[in-house]
Order: sequence, then C-alpha cells, then structure tokens
Amino acid sequence: MTDRDGWRRLHPVSPVVRAGRAAIAIFIVLIPIALRGGGNLSDSYIQIGVVGVLAALGFVNWLVTRWRIDGDDLRIETGLIRRQSLRFPLAQVQAIDIVQPGLARIFRVAELRLRMGGATGGTARLAYLPQQEVEPLRAQLLRLATNGEAEPHEPEEIEERVLTTVPTLQLVASIFVSDVGIVVELVFVALVLTAFLAPEAAAGIVGGGAAELIAVATLVWRRFNQEYKLTVAAAPDGLRLRSGLVALNAETIRPGRVQAVRLVEPFIWRRLGWCRLEVDLAGRQKRKGEGEASRGQLRALLPVGSRALALELLDHLVPDAPSPDRRAPRRVAWKSPLRYRFLAWGRTDTAVVTMTGRVRRVTVWVPLEKAQSLRLVEGPLQRRLRLVTVHVDTAGRALHAALRDRDRDEGREALSELVGLAQTARRAPP
Amino acid sequence: MLEPDTAWRTPSPRLLTLRRLEVGVVALLLSAGLFALFLSRSVAAAAIAAAAALVAGAVGEVVVSRRVRSWGYAEREEDLLVRRGVLFFRMSVIPYGRMQFIDVSAGPLERAFGLATVRMHTAAAASDARIPGLAADEASRVRDRLAELGESLAAGL
Repeated sequence: MTDRDGWRRLHPVSPVVRAGRAAIAIFIVLIPIALRGGGNLSDSYIQIGVVGVLAALGFVNWLVTRWRIDGDDLRIETGLIRRQSLRFPLAQVQAIDIVQPGLARIFRVAELRLRMGGATGGTARLAYLPQQEVEPLRAQLLRLATNGEAEPHEPEEIEERVLTTVPTLQLVASIFVSDVGIVVELVFVALVLTAFLAPEAAAGIVGGGAAELIAVATLVWRRFNQEYKLTVAAAPDGLRLRSGLVALNAETIRPGRVQAVRLVEPFIWRRLGWCRLEVDLAGRQKRKGEGEASRGQLRALLPVGSRALALELLDHLVPDAPSPDRRAPRRVAWKSPLRYRFLAWGRTDTAVVTMTGRVRRVTVWVPLEKAQSLRLVEGPLQRRLRLVTVHVDTAGRALHAALRDRDRDEGREALSELVGLAQTARRAPP
Repeated sequence: MLEPDTAWRTPSPRLLTLRRLEVGVVALLLSAGLFALFLSRSVAAAAIAAAAALVAGAVGEVVVSRRVRSWGYAEREEDLLVRRGVLFFRMSVIPYGRMQFIDVSAGPLERAFGLATVRMHTAAAASDARIPGLAADEASRVRDRLAELGESLAAGL
C-alpha cells in the first residue's frame, strides 16, 4: 500500500472500525429487516439510504487519507473537499500510544496516536494500521524522535524490564472503595431498600434514572477496562505502559518528558495503604471556561498499589525525588483547618514536591527543569497571617506544584532558591 | 530576587491618568444620571443619590490609583519579574528562555494616550503575565529585548 512517493494508506477496514459502535447499531437495525424478507422493504428505504451514505462517506474518507514519514516529520493528508495537510515534527512527540478497541482486535488492526507538545498540542492519529506493522512503526518513530535521523531498518530488539503489573483483584477492590464506587454502592443499596419497602417507587426511580445509571456504569467500566492488567516496563526508549481487557492500550512515555507526577491517596485507600500514581505530560491545557474536562487526561501509571511501589516507580520518572518534610506553620490551621494536616513541601537540587488535600492526600512532584515560571501570591487573609503561596508552573495539562501557605520569609526565600535551581537544571545537559 | 537593589520599573504615569479618567468619567455620568432619575421625586433625594455616586467615584479613584501604582517589572539577567496587586499581591518570575511569544496590544483609549500592553506567553497557561500601560516606545523596546533574550536562552519543553 505504498505508492511512488512513499505515501501510504491506512488499512481498508478502517472505516468499519472507526464507525465502531455505530456499525454494530446499524447491524442491529439491518438484521430484523433482513429477517422480515423483502416484504415491506419500502419502509426501510430511508434507513438503508442513511446507512449507505454514511458507509460511502467513511470509504471516501479512507480513500483520500494518506500518510508518510518525511525526514523527521510525520505528514498526514486528508479531506476530499477541504483538503488538509498536517505536519507533525517528531522531535516534539511527548508520547506514542497504540490503541486497539474491541472491534479493531477482531479485524487485527490498531491505531497509532502521537501526542505532541506545545501550547496547541494536537494529536496525530493513524487509525487504523495492520496490527503487525504498528509495533515496528512505533519503534521507528521513537528512534526518529530521539535521534532526528532516519535509520529505516534496524533489526535491534529492544529489551525491556517489567516493573509492575496491577493485580486484577486489587483493581476491582480499589474501584469498589473509590469515590465513584462508593456512590454507586450507596445508590444500589438505597434502590434495594426501596424495592423492599415500596416496589412501585423503585421501578419508577430505575425507569427515570436509567440514563444516569448507564452513564455511571460506563464510567466505572471504562476505568476498569483501561486499567485492567496495567503493566509498566522500563525500556531504553522510555517507560512502556500496556493495559486493557477488551480495548488494548499501549503507550510509551519518553524519558525526560514528564512534567509532573501526582500521588493520590483517598481516605479509605490510605487506611489500606494504597495509592494511585499519575503522570502529566506537556500538551493542550485547560483554557478559561473549558471546565474540568482535561483532568481526565492524566495517565495512571499505577492505578492502585502500595506506597513503596509507587515511590519505586517515581524514581524512574523523577530521579532524586524529594520527600515533603517541611510542614506548614501552626497558624495555617486557622486558615485551612482541614488542609493543615497535610500541607508540606520539600526539595532537592533537581525537583520540588508539595503535599496538600482535605480528605484525600495529594502529593505532586515537579522536576525543576520543567518549571515554566514561578509565582508568589499573597491574599488578604494570608497577609494577616504572614503567609504566602509559591506556585511552580509547568507545561503539563493539569498539574503544577503549589507551596501553599508558607511563612512569608520562608516563601520568599524558597522562591529565589527555586528560581536559581530551575536555572541550573535547565542548563544541565539532559 | 527580592534583593533590595532590584531595579523596579513602573508603567508610564499616563496609565494612572487614563485609569483615573475612566473612573472619574463613569462616576460623573452615573451621578448625573441618578440626579436626573430622582429629580421627579424630590431635589433632596436627587442630591443625595448624586453625592453617593460621587463618593463611590472618589473611593474608586483611590483604589484604582493604588492598583496602578502596584504594577512593576524588573529585567534581570535571566528572567523577568512582574509584580502587581493590592489585595492579592502577585509576583511572577518568568525566565527569558521559557517565553514562547510576546505580543504587544493597545486598545483605542490606550492608543490615544500612547500606551501599550506587553503580554508574555510561556508553555504554561497559568504563567501568562502582562505589563499594562507602557509608553509605546518602551513597549517595543521591552518586546525586542525579551525576544532577543528568549532566542539566546531558549530551552526545550
């Protein structure tokens, strides 16, 4: 599927897989029609027409889409009427993902997704490619991204070292005691109770809230599916993440691309000694009015696991990570009584860590070479208490480090210290 | 950074004039409007309403001049400092090498006063810093200098 200039096409089943769930729905519509026989086919002309047009559009879209590797760029051309030519400089690649939904697995195809850095931070998607071509292509793109030169057929086998796999039982248990899980359980218990006491009322609630129930179920399912058997492996070209039950997901995080790491310990998890480790990469950021949508873009490295394991993984992401050992001054309890228990920060010469949270404990590490800017903020209440907050901004999607409520002198000193350290960290060869 | 000898520069004094003029004009118009509105009831009520608007305007004058005076910036060797805010005091440190682009903008009123706003953008949305009310030639000097320093100190993401 390569033409003279090196342009290549996607796999021919792409339109079918892309249509995905829609395709399944169409089959469900078509089957009864087929079963009924040709009898009153006239009723279904419109439906068939719509399906036909959609299929044709999908096919045309496939026909006019082509891609190629051009020096150290990936180029994609698409669109019939509004022709689009996209250029993705491989040097700006933050991570490469391989995504394979259930339907794609049946057809033995997979999607390659390149996440780009920069404020515009787009995603290059090649959906779909033959399954056996994806892995070599990913390796090739990563090589191009790091070396910046083409070495097309290098038969090296990159060895990798598996760091951890999430046990399924623990994952299920963790979802049961997570915040979403607990809400679902409470609703369920309430439903069962009402069903005993007043069956009609329960039926009404189930009928009325069906959409919400399905939405929550999908949310829980998606999380389970995405984190099922999540395996983290260390390889020379970065950390590799693989996961998925029905839809498979494989992702490579290039070394030195991590903007921030977050360790979350919800209330109940903390009692069990569990935590969750997430990484933030450079990419499109939340603008004003865009809401919380971008929060979900943090990638879980460890959906659930012990603190020791999380800290071990952290060591691969942020070498020489500090521990939050500088507690907030006592008077902060007046300002934030719930947060006060957790507020702390710490630093080494290359990274800074901050801890906060009201009910759940959240720890954020930021490598200082990734600091974009530093800010010192002093609100009216803080001024009364002689406190300041120092922010370390990153180019990540959701995370930054905030040294909340420090003593004024300590905060000012920390600011000038961190500015100097960030300067040195930026200059040091990676 | 917070060394006492940091050479802070401030926006042009014309910015203070512009902001005070804005507040003053709004207060006067409001006062006149209220006077006209309450005149049908009684002259006393109208006078009280107009006076209240003028007092509010006077308070506004104080607030706005304090706020304008709080702005300051300092060009240091490796980074730019910007401070501002009375109630919420903020100070940003933006390394030259992190600036992705700098834009200079001026609205119609600012143009009439020969002023411009310089805005610095980094890869982090939160750091978005600006210096308002620079005299037009100072604004282009700052822009050129920042662009030049940004070029020579640029660092990757």
